[in-house]
Amino acid sequence: MSDSIEPQNTALQRRTLLTGMAGILASGMAPSVHAQEKITLRYLGTAVNQDKEIAEKFKADTGITIQYVAVTTDDVTKRAVTAPNSFDLIDTEYFSLKKIVPTGNLKGIDTKKIKNADKITSLFTNGTVAGKAVGDQGTAPKKVIFLEGEKSKVFAKAPTQFMSLIPTTYNADTLGIRPDLIKRPITSWAELLNPEFKGKAAILNIPSIGIMDAAMVVEAMGKYKYPDKGNMTKAEIDLTIKTLIEAKKAGQFRALWKDFNESVNLMASGEVVIQSMWSPAVTAVRTKGIDCVFQPLKEGYRAWASGFGLPATLSGRKLDGAYEFINWFLDGWAGAYLNRQGYYSAVLETAKAKMEAYEWAYWMEGKPAAQDIKSPHGDLLAKAGSVRDGGSYEQRMGGIACWNAVMDENEYMVRKWNEFVAA
Amino acid sequence: MTSRPIKPWWQAGPFAAVFLLFFIIPLALVVMVSFWDFNEYELLPGFTLKSYLSVFEGCSHLTETGDLCVTLSTYLSTLKFCLLVWGITLVLGFTVAYFLAFHVRSAGLQTALFILCTIPFWTSNVIRMISWVPMLGRNGVVNGALMGLGLVDQPVEWLLFSSFSVVLAFVHLYTMFMIVPIFNSMMRIDRSLLEAASDAGASAWQTLWAVIVPLCKSGILIGSIFVVTIVMGDFVTIGTMGGQQIASVGKIIQVQTSYLQFPLAAANAVVLLVTVLMIIWGLTRVVDIRKEL
Repeated sequence: MSDSIEPQNTALQRRTLLTGMAGILASGMAPSVHAQEKITLRYLGTAVNQDKEIAEKFKADTGITIQYVAVTTDDVTKRAVTAPNSFDLIDTEYFSLKKIVPTGNLKGIDTKKIKNADKITSLFTNGTVAGKAVGDQGTAPKKVIFLEGEKSKVFAKAPTQFMSLIPTTYNADTLGIRPDLIKRPITSWAELLNPEFKGKAAILNIPSIGIMDAAMVVEAMGKYKYPDKGNMTKAEIDLTIKTLIEAKKAGQFRALWKDFNESVNLMASGEVVIQSMWSPAVTAVRTKGIDCVFQPLKEGYRAWASGFGLPATLSGRKLDGAYEFINWFLDGWAGAYLNRQGYYSAVLETAKAKMEAYEWAYWMEGKPAAQDIKSPHGDLLAKAGSVRDGGSYEQRMGGIACWNAVMDENEYMVRKWNEFVAA
Repeated sequence: MTSRPIKPWWQAGPFAAVFLLFFIIPLALVVMVSFWDFNEYELLPGFTLKSYLSVFEGCSHLTETGDLCVTLSTYLSTLKFCLLVWGITLVLGFTVAYFLAFHVRSAGLQTALFILCTIPFWTSNVIRMISWVPMLGRNGVVNGALMGLGLVDQPVEWLLFSSFSVVLAFVHLYTMFMIVPIFNSMMRIDRSLLEAASDAGASAWQTLWAVIVPLCKSGILIGSIFVVTIVMGDFVTIGTMGGQQIASVGKIIQVQTSYLQFPLAAANAVVLLVTVLMIIWGLTRVVDIRKEL
């Protein structure tokens, strides 16, 4: 692989060098070192989405360096709000936009400059999968994806030329379970607080996401039906937290977790048998040879989506470079790479072109694997004949009940969440 | 003007500048921000007591579920850990220092043993802490051994993600902060005082109480300040070893900053600072550190 890229790469550099020389000679100006330098894009995001191989492949294809700046989800927002000049490209979740866009620190992305813009999946643009509307409680991307203009601080009600974020990866989350330790089918979110799993359950300790999982449980238990789980009233927050506190006092939770690795360790070590979990974490437990299922539940999924945004101050060659990266990202290679990790890519058509037919059938169509399924790094993920949890793309993404969100009563919610932790 | 009175100012200058730049100014900023207002995405300069009111909201009565308000119950749990860890590290640290200072005769062996105590510090705090998890877990080494020996037939659950594991990790991590200053003050005790005590017929126990402990006061105080400030401000150890289920003041501040609620976090930080300063003030009432040093 690298052998075939190497000569192309040097040829490319030589060619740009020649063009550069010609330019200098033509203009008769003294050589400017800066003008010759390849640009570097500072890519702010969470470690989960910052894959070394994606940066390497992009550099090989275009000569542009991606410099990853890895922080936590919350810190991405914090940096976007407080230090917008510290990055050239941001990879953040749609629910954070409610905090970032009003500051004016993001530039609307001109979809006219995005080659595959009209092929972005309808889940983002109008909230449908295969023509059917999915749940839009919480910060559904369709509510925040369009801006009124390039320099707008407000979201547009209807599609416009300018997008706040170009979607990159997304998925639908559910409970992870250890079938070998539970030994019976699990079909409802209510099982998370089932006393049968006392001392063996865990929930996510990122308040804005954890409360959504808790709300799924409250609804599943039949205690209350929320008009919008992603935007609760104070009374609804009280009810949700009260339910959690009661369970905590009864000893339901073994632990709470807040980062990916914690959830993997809790599950792999058998400290918990049921917990809210992220899909790649389930994969990580499985690659340790431990049976773990990302369990589809009858109430549906809690979805999340992240995308690329541009800081308002970005201009010149760096801006062009950022557009080049986004276009490259939607062009298929990266999409196929993400699909093979169990995420979904924003433009399905181009990703499909870069995947083997059996891979596409397993990951996207919910069909049994025709041969062993491997991760992009070559680890065995699923044996031939197995089927992906949650089935096809349409089954899984069609089953979305709500989206990760930032509530209007966010401050109150965080305070009540601290009460749950302190109880 | 002669240069004489200026000289001490020059000498104090560098430290004063560092102190001002890295302590006074940031602290002043924290206090200032604690009186600001905020919304989802920006800080609104001004003067409001909103953040302080919110820190103590509901503290005048019990909650629906019969608990204290968040702030009080958090401080109570943090103080509980503080007291337990302080007590245990003090006894352990004193014993180890006593052994090193009075029982080990050769200076070479003393140095060697002292370095031995610091070996755990060659790996990072977090790694030393996290290594307890596979030890104490449900399917961990300790439970494996207990079950293997037939002492228990169910894994012992309270070993991990409990107050026990939190205290254990704290003691493991911070006993060294007690050993060093206490050892230091013990080494400065004039050995002839011990001989005098023994000549006067004091038992080992009496010598310990009447001679050694009083002369180690400054070391004990310095060690105590280390341990108290660390435990009061900690959120990593309590979080990791407590399974994120045990509240700590530091954790609340961390959650608030991650949700851009800086004024609330600043108000909490000011309250925490005042609490810790009060504890230290109380300690220095017991021991006059300047006289002892």
